Amino acid sequence: MKSTTTVHPGARLKNRTSFGQSVRHSLTMAYRGLLKIRRTPEQLFDVTLQPIIFTLMFTYIFGGAISGDVASYLPVIIPGILVQTVITTSIVTGVQLREDMDKGVFDRFKSLPIARIAPLAGALLADTIRYTIATVLTFGMGYVMGYRPDGGLGHVAIAAVLVIFCSWAISWIFAFFGVIARTASSVQGISMIVLFPLTFLSNAFVPTDTMPNWLQWFTDINPISHLVTAVRDLANSGTVGWDLGISLIGAGVIVAIFAPITVRAYMRRT
Amino acid sequence: MNAISKEKAANGGEWAVEATGLVKAFGANRAVDGVSLNVRAGSIYGVLGPNGAGKTTTIRMLATLLRPDAGSARIFGHDVTKESQIVRQLIGVTGQYASVDESLSATENLIIFSRLLGLGRAESRRKASELLEEFGLTEAAKRPLKNFSGGMRRRLDLAASLIAQPPLIFLDEPTTGLDPRTRAQMWETIRRLVKTGSTVLLTTQYLDEADQLADRIAVIDRGTVVAEGTVDELKASVGTSSLHLRIQDQPDIGEARRIVERVLRVASSVSSEAGKITAPMADADRVTDLLVALRESGIRLSEISVQKPTLDEVFLTITGHDAQGEAAPAAQASDRDRKEEVIR
Repeated sequence: MKSTTTVHPGARLKNRTSFGQSVRHSLTMAYRGLLKIRRTPEQLFDVTLQPIIFTLMFTYIFGGAISGDVASYLPVIIPGILVQTVITTSIVTGVQLREDMDKGVFDRFKSLPIARIAPLAGALLADTIRYTIATVLTFGMGYVMGYRPDGGLGHVAIAAVLVIFCSWAISWIFAFFGVIARTASSVQGISMIVLFPLTFLSNAFVPTDTMPNWLQWFTDINPISHLVTAVRDLANSGTVGWDLGISLIGAGVIVAIFAPITVRAYMRRT
Repeated sequence: MNAISKEKAANGGEWAVEATGLVKAFGANRAVDGVSLNVRAGSIYGVLGPNGAGKTTTIRMLATLLRPDAGSARIFGHDVTKESQIVRQLIGVTGQYASVDESLSATENLIIFSRLLGLGRAESRRKASELLEEFGLTEAAKRPLKNFSGGMRRRLDLAASLIAQPPLIFLDEPTTGLDPRTRAQMWETIRRLVKTGSTVLLTTQYLDEADQLADRIAVIDRGTVVAEGTVDELKASVGTSSLHLRIQDQPDIGEARRIVERVLRVASSVSSEAGKITAPMADADRVTDLLVALRESGIRLSEISVQKPTLDEVFLTITGHDAQGEAAPAAQASDRDRKEEVIR
């Protein structure tokens, strides 16, 4: 063991973490998240199976009734199911965060001179890998079933990035539940209650024009509807509309609200 | 001159920890109720107490993991609540439950902590292997921690606390649940740490551990410090060891007790199994006189033994109740009265 007084040679001790350091700490924490996924690949079951099962199920159940046949329903359902699946996946982020925070290692993270946001931001960042897997599988499943998006590969890729980004933003909501909830299963419960109305009361699975007026009013302002429309525009026709803008603004607002309150709740919960 | 020694100089190089009147309540339970501690830089300080006395809560407040409800604490002169991020740069914390990542390997754990502490990629790798070597974990470096024994986990935990070579290290019950051999290794490591200039604040339930390691001890009970001093001072207050005498003939016990108190010049007690007298043994030499005196009075002994003070006795002496805190002092007193009646 060498001298103990070599910690920060020459540097004055600071009470604040710089922005650059915060980013570096978050990336290290994301690296930890990736290592964990690599160590326990079984936790990827849900993101692999859900896109396959849901896509198959919804397409064949609703296809004929809504669009006349399965082939013409695919451009409607694939973007819808994509958004629904990937956002559902982001619930797991909150659940796992809760489980993770109960372990002793979080005590060490708290006692280290690192940015307070890093353990949260890192976990959320690492989980984008899950959203990517779900996205690729949903589009892949659609392709197998005969979905040929007219927008071309480039626009499909942009749509994929959009969905992953928005899911990352929404995962801050579930991270907040994860921090304030007492148990992992209650995180799952609260998150489902939020998520079900949001994804089903939208244009994700059916056209909204047969819904009653008050419901149409909700589906029109539902950010999920805008995201689904933006993905449809990009994938099916390669166009960029207002819905893309609204989705991005919505995602930004969610992060702006939930990231600070999540970090604050995380710091208080010690 | 580097930052730390500058800090020390500013602070007179004296106190690593200065805590006054720390309070933390969880609901109605005041886990820590006005704890004050001063730890001199470069020493080992032991916080001794039973489960639930408030040791861990105190450490968590000093290590910025918990915000005190009242009172203040400074680490090398920096306030734990106002300058928490500075304090975190000066401390290493090893928790009661290993604060390492179960799902990762030992190397991965150390690399991640090193990276978080600002070391470069290559430097982190070097530091990790250096620490694993030092703590004898090289062979297990790549295995996931799930397969680690309790002792290996503790060692890794301590290694992780030493990455930044912090001048103050908190160890919360570092040897609880370890086998004697691993415990001895841990003690050796802690001693080496202090030789390199670190200050160590450790909590323990074992008097002999505090005895082996600590320069000063605070005895903590029900959230308050009930005694503080050097190991010798503390022991002197309980008597270094205690003498146990078992009398063959029950009726002699009153007489035997009087002789014990006269010769040893201490207060004795009669334990629950009647016929056994316990007295603090401050001076071993007087025991010879005592045995002679007992022989002269014709009192026959069936058993004689000497016991080092246990944590229970320290507690009994200092607080008037045992370490588990189950027997209320009043109940004990009436118990004693009853026994005395039996004697009469």
